[in-house]
Amino acid sequence: MIRVDNLTKAFGEKLAVNAISFSVERGEVLGFLGPNGAGKSTSMRMITGFIPPTAGSITVGGFDMVQNPIPAKRLIGYLPENAPAYTDMTVSGFLGFSAELRGLAGDAKKRAVHRAIEMCFLEGVIHQSIDTLSKGFRHRTCFAQSIIHDPDVLILDEPTDGLDPNQKHEVRTLIKRMGEKKAIIFSTHILEEVEAACSRAIIIDRGQIVANGTPQQLKHRSDISGAVILRVGGISGADLKQKLSQLPTVRKTVVVDEDKFRVQARVFPQTSAVDGELARSVGELAIREKFQIEELHTEEGRLDEVFRSITLPETVKEATK
Amino acid sequence: MNSVSHIKTIAKRELSGYFASPVAYVFIVIFLLLTGFFTFMAGGFFERGEASLVSFFLWHPWLYLFLVPAVGMRLWSEERRLGTMELLLTMPIAAWEAIVGKFLASWLFLALALVLTFPILITVNYLGHPDNGVIFAGYIGSLLLAGSYLAISCMTSALTRNQVVSFILSVVTCLFLILAGWPPVTRLLDQFSDSFPRLIEAIAAFSVMTHFEGFQRGVIDSRDLVFFLAVIFFSLFTTSVIIRSHRAG
Repeated sequence: MIRVDNLTKAFGEKLAVNAISFSVERGEVLGFLGPNGAGKSTSMRMITGFIPPTAGSITVGGFDMVQNPIPAKRLIGYLPENAPAYTDMTVSGFLGFSAELRGLAGDAKKRAVHRAIEMCFLEGVIHQSIDTLSKGFRHRTCFAQSIIHDPDVLILDEPTDGLDPNQKHEVRTLIKRMGEKKAIIFSTHILEEVEAACSRAIIIDRGQIVANGTPQQLKHRSDISGAVILRVGGISGADLKQKLSQLPTVRKTVVVDEDKFRVQARVFPQTSAVDGELARSVGELAIREKFQIEELHTEEGRLDEVFRSITLPETVKEATK
Repeated sequence: MNSVSHIKTIAKRELSGYFASPVAYVFIVIFLLLTGFFTFMAGGFFERGEASLVSFFLWHPWLYLFLVPAVGMRLWSEERRLGTMELLLTMPIAAWEAIVGKFLASWLFLALALVLTFPILITVNYLGHPDNGVIFAGYIGSLLLAGSYLAISCMTSALTRNQVVSFILSVVTCLFLILAGWPPVTRLLDQFSDSFPRLIEAIAAFSVMTHFEGFQRGVIDSRDLVFFLAVIFFSLFTTSVIIRSHRAG
């Protein structure tokens, strides 16, 4: 549905977006990650046709956004950053206006407004003026505007920004559900959101794509991915370390926490180890040696760690070690 | 394809925006009070001893100088400030449709304010036998004059997200259009007319005063019509260029 090819945007000398390429098909939810100022919003503004690209091309549903913007825009629903809305209008007035600009009229318009109000839980504020709404309601009003015409493509710039945890959860569920039938791109700072709603994620840093894969794949890039956490009682850290080092599957052991009752260690596998092999061998050792096992599990890796290791400049990484 | 319906939708929203806030009512009341004051007090409506609205239309270029930019200053600067411009321009509509729609809404609003001066028309018809054709031409000229100022305000409001800056820029631009043909200024320029004989004519041709004069006398000259429509078209076109370059970064 969305195809982005070598998309580039320069503001003066500065390259805000530097030759990024990716595509999103129907049924996919693409998470757009990156630190502030990485070029997420600029990319989204180009994809939605708000700002023209310096170079590269964007096609939405087969229509080129630069050559043929109107039919391309018709397919898109867009929630800009900070959820702008006409503050002097009522919620229903604003949604009606958006529906009309989308070419809906009469009964179709009424149905569309009603549907969007229902999906975004706006029933209580229909006749309220937008400038009297709380941030959460305002955000959902703008979100409702983006889905008013049931678009095939949804571009959402930080859709959960400023919402409380319950609302975040609702919006995430909504995105995931709509993602079954649409092509969705959404940007966020919140990494659990990516795991909760995305089928694929892109990490963008200083205008370039630095990682692209499913949340699972990205997590596997973490250093601690595949390591085994072991917590046992009745043994000292040094002894545990020595015992574990005899296993052929173990590369190294790091004692994470130790007091007089228990030891917690992170055991890193040999690079050749197959999935689950390390956990099995550590378990067998623990049984043989009669450790008092309190916890034993394989770590999946953490997105935030991957995110940090990819997007922090080398110098900062050294300093925080 | 359906540009008309897009323009209508945008104009409808814009117009209801005026009436949703006190701006519209404050503007209309002040406009009517000021036209009344200038016509009867400063213009000497009764002292003239003739059944005409000369003293009414005479002040319009000066009155509009401050009132029209007040109406137009928010047109695009507000969109930029709220960020709604991003919503509007990612809708499946052309940018010119949005520009024309917003302009027409404000123009219609000014037309409404002008229509509300009808009591003065009734008064003059009650007191004497004015030439209503001349008055009609005056109203047409006044509406075109307001439209020209408004298009200029539209252009300056696209330049900035600050309404005050937008207001000042448009007042200064409109003031230039007045002064270029205002007798005291043309008289001053007359001193140089020996060396540049065509200069004064050329400068005065840019003035709204020169072109509004005909309408006041009841003459609808095609050259005056073309002038006002050209100012409107040029300003709106420039608005679209400003908006495009702003988006391009």
